[in-house]
Amino acid sequence: MADLPPDARMGKTPVVAPGHTPGSVTDKISEIVLTKTPRWWWVAFGISFLVMQALLVGLGYLVYKGIGIWGVNNPVGWGFAIINFVWWIGIGHAGTLISAILLLLRQDWRTSINRFAEAMTLFAVACAGIFPLIHVGRPWLAYWLMPYPNTMGLWPNFRSPLIWDVFAVSTYAAVSALFWYVGLIPDLATLRDRSRRQWKKIVYGFGAMGWRGHAAHWHNYEVAYLLLAGLATPLVVSVHTVVSFDFAVGQVPGWHATIFPPYFVAGAVFAGFAMVLTLAIPLRRAFGLQDFITLRHIQNMAKVMLTTGLIVGYGYFVEIFMAFYSGNQFEEFMILNRIQGPYKYHWWALLLCNILAPQFVWLRKVRSTPWMIFIVAMFVNVGMWLERFVIVVTSLSRDFLPSSWGTYSGTRWDWAIYVGTLGLFFSLLFLFVRFLPMISIFEMRTILPEAKDAGKKAKEAGG
Amino acid sequence: MSKFKTSDGKTLYGLMAEFDSPEKLIRACEAASEAGLKRLGAYTPYPIEEVWEAIGHHRSKLPMIVLAGGLVGAIGGFALQYWASVEAYPLNVGGRPLNSWIAFIIPAFETTILCAAFAAVLGMFFLNGLPQPYHPAFNVERFAQASRDRYFLMVTTKDKNFEPTAVRRLLEGLDPTEVNEVED
Repeated sequence: MADLPPDARMGKTPVVAPGHTPGSVTDKISEIVLTKTPRWWWVAFGISFLVMQALLVGLGYLVYKGIGIWGVNNPVGWGFAIINFVWWIGIGHAGTLISAILLLLRQDWRTSINRFAEAMTLFAVACAGIFPLIHVGRPWLAYWLMPYPNTMGLWPNFRSPLIWDVFAVSTYAAVSALFWYVGLIPDLATLRDRSRRQWKKIVYGFGAMGWRGHAAHWHNYEVAYLLLAGLATPLVVSVHTVVSFDFAVGQVPGWHATIFPPYFVAGAVFAGFAMVLTLAIPLRRAFGLQDFITLRHIQNMAKVMLTTGLIVGYGYFVEIFMAFYSGNQFEEFMILNRIQGPYKYHWWALLLCNILAPQFVWLRKVRSTPWMIFIVAMFVNVGMWLERFVIVVTSLSRDFLPSSWGTYSGTRWDWAIYVGTLGLFFSLLFLFVRFLPMISIFEMRTILPEAKDAGKKAKEAGG
Repeated sequence: MSKFKTSDGKTLYGLMAEFDSPEKLIRACEAASEAGLKRLGAYTPYPIEEVWEAIGHHRSKLPMIVLAGGLVGAIGGFALQYWASVEAYPLNVGGRPLNSWIAFIIPAFETTILCAAFAAVLGMFFLNGLPQPYHPAFNVERFAQASRDRYFLMVTTKDKNFEPTAVRRLLEGLDPTEVNEVED
């Protein structure tokens, strides 16, 4: 299947290829789930599953030995665990932005990408959640973070940003899961009605909970979906704001800045859209979904990536400006140390990935060539990881007293656990695209011309 | 249990007409309402506001349920922090007040969203009577198409104006592709 011709006026490329009906959309998307597993799926899932073993081995050895196997030590106590946590949770943000904020803004192009972007959110949050839990040192006692009555008579300190994080991230995980499941219910009913095997009917039927598509049910459903979107919108902004508070409330030079919340939220959306593009471009090709995930989707996402990238660039600029404007010698030193200190290569690489690479999206040629956007997105994925590395490591390794300076690098166990979470993420993602509809079928039906005109035609006919 | 029987002697739940376009379903809903039928089930593969209006709509109670959930979350979340920090475990951190309400806003905001979201989802299930493992509509084989591209209208025997031959004549006059009996 070929791409739709890139129209001279980009916005006019349709969100669904012409000629589709509710029946053809249903068949095309549910067929991916209900027919035989393609061979490439086994290869892709197999590789991801193998990579995931690095996580299991790493976590096993960590529990056996303790966090001494990591590179963290004084003065750098926050290493890969925090970097990876922030990176993963940021990636998740694009899913909620697509599913909630773009729904409220009535951007109907979101319809064909929201389902798997939400799945990406869930899996990214699952990967993110691992890191704070293992970073506490004794992960089997991580439930002490929750406020619950206990025989020790202890309660968490609610003035601490780390406790805010517990509330923000667990709420985010729960609400993302609810939003995703509610969106799935009508599609699970479709799969229930279209499965030919009895056991599949039963499994999908359990998920669909007896959904019949009654008009009154649809009404409550739409109200619920809209309210969830309205709730998820401030939530997603709050989550990365709270993550940035982990840094900004501390007094370490380079962290204690008021620009952090907006700059982190923009960075999260930037990283998230890069990851959605990284996944969408190969997946639409593998499943032949160019009719539903058109060039218009890729272009719109690339534009969001470029815009948020510019906001992130502004954040970098303000960091540098404020360091000198503040007149504070520690802040000034922090910036000079980033530019020419022991981690200067990380800093310059991050500028290359996050500031320079996205500028290519200005070119129409790049915007209308999916593989070029894919390469830009890969740069951003790497760049955003480097950004968190620079924030965490440069500030901690060179704090106020030169006598307490140190250096940091990840050990092989740090890398094993990080790479292992990539395996977990992709394993979950491949299971998802195989067993659940990766595009929301019922929402695709609503954006077809047939559905859009239904009410209008009926009114005209009735006089 | 209705007193009506299907053609093969089983209890009749209702009559179901199948349509191949949303416009026909909307017209059918209006015609059935005009004929004095009230217990109408209109089933569509995607939400169509006009169908819901045609079968006699009423405002959803869901927003109020979500508001209640949000208030419980907000008050509960703040109360938990106040009680833990002021009553149960007063901890002096750098001389800050025990009731550091500004800091408490953040977890309270999160619990507000959490409880409101659960209220939205559980409230939607409750109002829609889900989970519902069995419903007579599924006894009609063609009803599987309701989740693909067909539109169905069901008149149930619970309707006090239900009379099998009259309802069948009405439905058949509305250009359906099929009219089926629904077993209870």
